[in-house]
Amino acid sequence: MITAQQLSWRYGRTQVLEAVSLAAPHGRVLGLIGPNGSGKTTLLRLLYGALASPTGTVTVDGAPLQTLPAQEAARRLAVVVQEAGGESTMTVAETVLLGRSPHLSTFQRTGPRDHAVAARALARVGATHLASRPYAGLSGGERQRVLIARALTQESTHLLLDEPTNHLDIRYQHEVLGLVADLAHNLATTTVVVLHDLNLAARYCDDLVLLGDGGIAASGTVDHVLVPEVLEPVYGIGIERLQTGGQLHLLFHPFTRQEATPWITA
Amino acid sequence: MTSDGAAPRTRSMLRWTVTNAAVDVLGLRAGRRRTTAWVAGLMLGLLTTLVAGVGIGAFPVPAGTVAQVVAHHLMSWPAERTWTAPVDAIVWQVRLPRVLLGALVGAGLAVCGVALQAMVRNMLADPYLLGVNSGASSGAAAAILFGMGAGFLEHALQVTAFLGALAASLLVFLVARTAGRVTSVRLLLAGVAVGYALYALTSFLIFASGSAEGARSVMFWLLGSLGLAQWNLPLAVVAVVVVGTVVLLTVWARRLDALAIGDETAHTLGVRPERFRLALLVAVALCVGVVVSASGSIGFVGLVVPHLARRAVGGRHVRVVVVAALMGAILLVWADIVARTLFAPQEIPIGIITSLVGAPFLLVLVRRLHATSA
Repeated sequence: MITAQQLSWRYGRTQVLEAVSLAAPHGRVLGLIGPNGSGKTTLLRLLYGALASPTGTVTVDGAPLQTLPAQEAARRLAVVVQEAGGESTMTVAETVLLGRSPHLSTFQRTGPRDHAVAARALARVGATHLASRPYAGLSGGERQRVLIARALTQESTHLLLDEPTNHLDIRYQHEVLGLVADLAHNLATTTVVVLHDLNLAARYCDDLVLLGDGGIAASGTVDHVLVPEVLEPVYGIGIERLQTGGQLHLLFHPFTRQEATPWITA
Repeated sequence: MTSDGAAPRTRSMLRWTVTNAAVDVLGLRAGRRRTTAWVAGLMLGLLTTLVAGVGIGAFPVPAGTVAQVVAHHLMSWPAERTWTAPVDAIVWQVRLPRVLLGALVGAGLAVCGVALQAMVRNMLADPYLLGVNSGASSGAAAAILFGMGAGFLEHALQVTAFLGALAASLLVFLVARTAGRVTSVRLLLAGVAVGYALYALTSFLIFASGSAEGARSVMFWLLGSLGLAQWNLPLAVVAVVVVGTVVLLTVWARRLDALAIGDETAHTLGVRPERFRLALLVAVALCVGVVVSASGSIGFVGLVVPHLARRAVGGRHVRVVVVAALMGAILLVWADIVARTLFAPQEIPIGIITSLVGAPFLLVLVRRLHATSA
């Protein structure tokens, strides 16, 4: 369970987030959605402590994140970040095993259980065959799966992902998010995921937080947030909602130039 | 030690099977075997190098005699001297301290290069990035030309050079640090800026002294030499600091692995990147400062050796640090052998040799970089 209260962040003079509060309960997938620059990644970074909000607090299972020692925080929160690390000369297996570091003391080496956990994580993302390949030589999609395997190797009760479907082709987008949803529902992992694609959000998230204009434009269950009246003003695009076979779909229609930028003709 | 600690013995057989299956799946075994082979080979190489370094010179001493002299001094065995007093002096007083200093300097520069390349994630980073060598040069110039630090008697040169190095790295920290954070880019820029400023200072000191002889000594020192090596305090300090740094970096190896990937990744794996970078900077600045003040600024070792080490044993720093230390030690002792025998009895600065070997290597690296990015 992650709770955030009254978080804010500014880059220079630009206030990106102001007084944002949210709660991510166990066993559910919370999606952070919103247009470019709305502060999705910033909010996620505040949630795992890479940024420290000047106001408010973040708590993980009731403990304030700021007071947790770095390693303890990493045992509770596993994060898949958007950082290429392309200069690394480690193999995929070595990269994934780094996910055990929060569990190891300074002088401890990785042991049999660590190796078993890493092997299982690689198998889960379908990357076992990559184990001895150099990480830097992987394609973007392969890297993304390896990073998810590393996060799984951390065996944390909370999983945070920043655009995990970037670089993935359609099949792996669904496989990865399916896996994430599966972990949340079966292992009661608290999951927060930043997503661009609203249809993926519709399919795999339970709850959504829609960011826009420095704050939360809407939040609640998927059904509640993904409605044209809520989305259209935030994204500036025409949206149509369809319900087929119990699955929600969104269709997008760009506004005509006059609808989108009425001030030009005014 | 493993993370399982003490597991019940009854399950050990099952666990053994699981372990080996996992190790095989992860393909870790090949890396382990490779590392063991490299470390064993390099240890043997280092031993041979040390003996060769002491034996080779204007007055050659056979390996057997070298071993006997050293054993005699260390363990009083053999008790009887079967060699002459000059041979004893050459081996024990002149060449052994020099060879040991060379090995320590090489190891120190190599591991500091490893640490800095991981820290700024730039493979062109070298130990002199922190402006340490330009600071040491200014200090040494002040000592040689103006007799600064005369209060430190025979160690005046080393002490002023070290103070210069310390002042330079402190300056780089202060410039690079904003709002309590030191970022890679700021560090690189601050290092370059401070380096140029101190280079100007050194040049000005040489100009102001108006002494041609003094200028020559400063020049000679700048290019590096192990000629000052003796069984004395500076050698002991270098030994303690270099060995300490190697041990420290091995202990910090997993954190280096994480930091080498990126700040964000390090953070999510339980390493506070800012704090760790600061600790690393202090350790590296101290080590390089001590090394440079004992030997002058010997280039390219700290730049080239980390690459060789990574090519040999991959990216895990626990391996890279150990292998780089051994490679650096071997490389520098051989560079010194060449430096003092090539134009014997005239000795050329060791920095010339390391640069002659290092520059072509760098060119190869640049060409390959171009090929992969294009």
